[in-house]
Amino acid sequence: MLTACGMIVVLSPALLLAVFGLSALAGIRLSERLVAKLTEASVVLGLFAAILILGVMLITDRRFIPVEPGDWVSIEDEHFHFTIKFVFDRLSVPFVILTFVLCGVIGAFASRYLHRDEGYHRFFLFYAIFQLGMILSSLAGTIETLFLGWELVGLSSALLVAFFHTRPNPVRNGLRVWSAYRIADAAFLVGALTLHHMTGAGDFEGLMGSGPWPEGRASVTDQQALYVGLLLLGAAAGKSALIPFSGWLPRAMEGPTPSSAVFYGALSVHLGAFLLLRVSPLLEASLPLRVTVIALGLATVVFATMTARVQTDVKSALAFASLIQVSIIVVEIGLGFRYIALSHIIGHACLRTLQLLRAPSLLKDHHALENALGQHLPDQRGLLRRLSGDKLRISAWRFASERGYLDAMLDAYLVRPFIAVFMWSDRMERRWTDFLTGQTSTSAPAPAPAPSQQTPNTNGQ
Amino acid sequence: MTPELHFPWLELSILTPLLGAIVCGLQNNPAKSQRIATAFSALALLFSAGEWIDFSTMNSFLAHDHWDLLTVLFHRDIFVIDELSAPLLPLSALLYLLTILATLRTKAARFSFGLTLLSESITLATLSCRDGWIIIALLSLAIIPPWIELRRRNRSSRIYLLHMGLYIGLLVGGWSMVDLSAGPEGTPLIAAAMLTMAALLRGGVVPVHCWLTDLFQNAAMGTALLFVTPMTGAYAVMRLVLPVAPAWAMQSIAILSLITAVYAAGMALIQTDARRFFCYLFLSHSSLVLTGLEIVTPIGLTGALCVWLSVGLSLGGFGLTLRGVEARIGRIDLSEFHGLYEHMPMLASLFLLTGLASIGFPGTIGFVGMELLIEGAVDVYPLVGMTVVIAAALNGIAILKAYFRIFTGTRHVATVSLRARPSERIGVVLLSLLVLGGGLWPQPGVHSRYHAAIKLLELRPRHIQPLPAEHPSAESSDSESSNSESSSSHDNERSHKH
Repeated sequence: MLTACGMIVVLSPALLLAVFGLSALAGIRLSERLVAKLTEASVVLGLFAAILILGVMLITDRRFIPVEPGDWVSIEDEHFHFTIKFVFDRLSVPFVILTFVLCGVIGAFASRYLHRDEGYHRFFLFYAIFQLGMILSSLAGTIETLFLGWELVGLSSALLVAFFHTRPNPVRNGLRVWSAYRIADAAFLVGALTLHHMTGAGDFEGLMGSGPWPEGRASVTDQQALYVGLLLLGAAAGKSALIPFSGWLPRAMEGPTPSSAVFYGALSVHLGAFLLLRVSPLLEASLPLRVTVIALGLATVVFATMTARVQTDVKSALAFASLIQVSIIVVEIGLGFRYIALSHIIGHACLRTLQLLRAPSLLKDHHALENALGQHLPDQRGLLRRLSGDKLRISAWRFASERGYLDAMLDAYLVRPFIAVFMWSDRMERRWTDFLTGQTSTSAPAPAPAPSQQTPNTNGQ
Repeated sequence: MTPELHFPWLELSILTPLLGAIVCGLQNNPAKSQRIATAFSALALLFSAGEWIDFSTMNSFLAHDHWDLLTVLFHRDIFVIDELSAPLLPLSALLYLLTILATLRTKAARFSFGLTLLSESITLATLSCRDGWIIIALLSLAIIPPWIELRRRNRSSRIYLLHMGLYIGLLVGGWSMVDLSAGPEGTPLIAAAMLTMAALLRGGVVPVHCWLTDLFQNAAMGTALLFVTPMTGAYAVMRLVLPVAPAWAMQSIAILSLITAVYAAGMALIQTDARRFFCYLFLSHSSLVLTGLEIVTPIGLTGALCVWLSVGLSLGGFGLTLRGVEARIGRIDLSEFHGLYEHMPMLASLFLLTGLASIGFPGTIGFVGMELLIEGAVDVYPLVGMTVVIAAALNGIAILKAYFRIFTGTRHVATVSLRARPSERIGVVLLSLLVLGGGLWPQPGVHSRYHAAIKLLELRPRHIQPLPAEHPSAESSDSESSNSESSSSHDNERSHKH
């Protein structure tokens, strides 16, 4: 029965994606009502099955329930198995239930929020991809399954940032998010395959040693743990917008409010932290790795705290507020407080979803509060603001306002040199072909716009 | 004795498009010509698919046609099928059919269906052949249809001819020397170098790749697409270079291909012309296949063979989508947003789906192949594995960038409907099913490619580790007496040279 329930948890979002995807490819337009009902049914079914499993785990005191549909690909002679395996343990079950609850809330909200919007069906298609990705990532029992879900989350996120696709800014920001994700995913893939190579298995049980989460012990040396851990930390930093990838987070707010709420406020942004929790035995195996995780988390906390304070639109302010909490969660993971980190993720995700969903009616709420008080809200000056001098304040403001110059630095030291090298190569190639043909090329590439000119406009709806 | 298929599938799949080319050549009406070409091409696909299914049921590495007329005439197996070529034939036939089917009526007058069918026949014949000289002759013939088209369009064919002429010259020169040498282990250095150079040229490896961008810019998109997507260059490497080239030659092909994969991915990212973008994208992927062919582990080689198929299918579909868009709005400038999604959601979805499949996105046909390729590479050369990942990441960014530029970013105003035509919809559904079906049920494909990889690896030690000096005829008779299928495949490449 538990296996059946486990399969329902995975199949319900998979079937939703199959229905939405195939109808889109076949050009069949489902009614809004049907889309909303199917989404609701999928979430309720998956949630019910997940809660059932949780109940059985609590009653029977089982801490680890594996569900193995079998090998997706196997080459017996080479002992190669690409196994699809899902595990229900103390980490995955809360995360799955959180995913279903928040996706259910967002689904219900979006079906009204986007009513008669021309992108209604598109939104729910991306939503289905995202939901499946989150469930696969949460339940993954092998690193390949985790990568599978991880990629689905990345794609749906980028496409949803570019949801209002008749304007160039959302699209540019969507591409920016995708680029950051691809770089982080490359680190993930290399890390996963290296880990697979070192331990000879993709199964988390094999990788992390025996014992259910969080008691596993990594079966690799400290050097190996450091090397692989750094790669996975890079992947987590990309997904959770830690330094130096933080620039994509405010850009992601360009998407519709429901997607901002569920992705960047609640679920997607925590996926990096979830990865670190999942591979936490690796952190245990290497002190330098733990120190790096803590340092990265602290640096991001400082950066996000400063930046959040100078934002002038509510969604960006909430985005950076999210980042502060995510960074604290990363620090907690680095310090080894795994249950605290897990509780923090759940609490923060729920609060932030509510805040982001209320964001469009912020002014109304503000006025309602002032009317209730009968006066303007007091201007509370922080201690730092009172103690620091003008010069320091202005420098700090500039730093925060420019978002720590992170995007500018990435553009200056990575993107522009990259473009310059290949533009030069392109010119050389054209000269060579012109020389061979004795003619002139018709369309030389125009200089690409500097990425920094592509403003992270955050006036999404 | 080579096992026999149950029907003359190979000869029929080659002769059908040839006959179609003749019939199309007699037609003046482009619409009628397209209908005829579609029918003949569909028949060719049917025969090649039949051949694949028939061969799969035989559990053999090698087979030739039933009622093989050419064997009777020439007393040798001209056309044979093996595990490497079996799926390549229906894949190529499918690409030809979809290209013909998806040609819009407005473009039918400028697209030569007769030449396309002729190319199809030559391509299928090349992929059905294992004899060195016949492959070289067919590869030479395949150069002619695009050249005729370049001439008809009054475009410069100098770069194309220069590179292709050099390619054929190197092949003929290299293979002549191999022919005169004592055996694979006695292949002169110069012959190996010439064959390697030829492989690099046809594969479009940097720095001898400019003919590819030139072809894409000057020929019809469909013609250029069909010249490169069946990847006959990689096939030539497997048939002509691999059996005789020493380890250093294959390694140099792999290293240069790896550099090309990253370079082309970077170039694809900065292109403003959609054709050049596609050309570099394809170049990057085909170079990954060439790199993978040098990974001498069963897993790595299986991955490379899987990627060969997935790239052919996905980038074939991707190119056809690009061609469909181009047929509606003209040459696509990627420095601007075009906002075509509202007008052609189906083509936009296919563009994204095939593009993602090509980079090995989960759930698509490319995923498992790419995983195997990278895993195989990490096992043997960790740095190669990482470089492959970097190339895939850059390609992924380039694909989404192109998608955003073509289909989003603004509102496109059109006075006529730009939606997909019924024939295009058939193509969209077919490709989507194959891309997703192959992604969700990868086991049969991987199993078949693994068998091919094992057989190919059995051939490799013969040239990498020199055999004890003995008379070639002794080796030949030994191979025959062993009655091993893998040995016979090798002999086939080396036989009939006198």
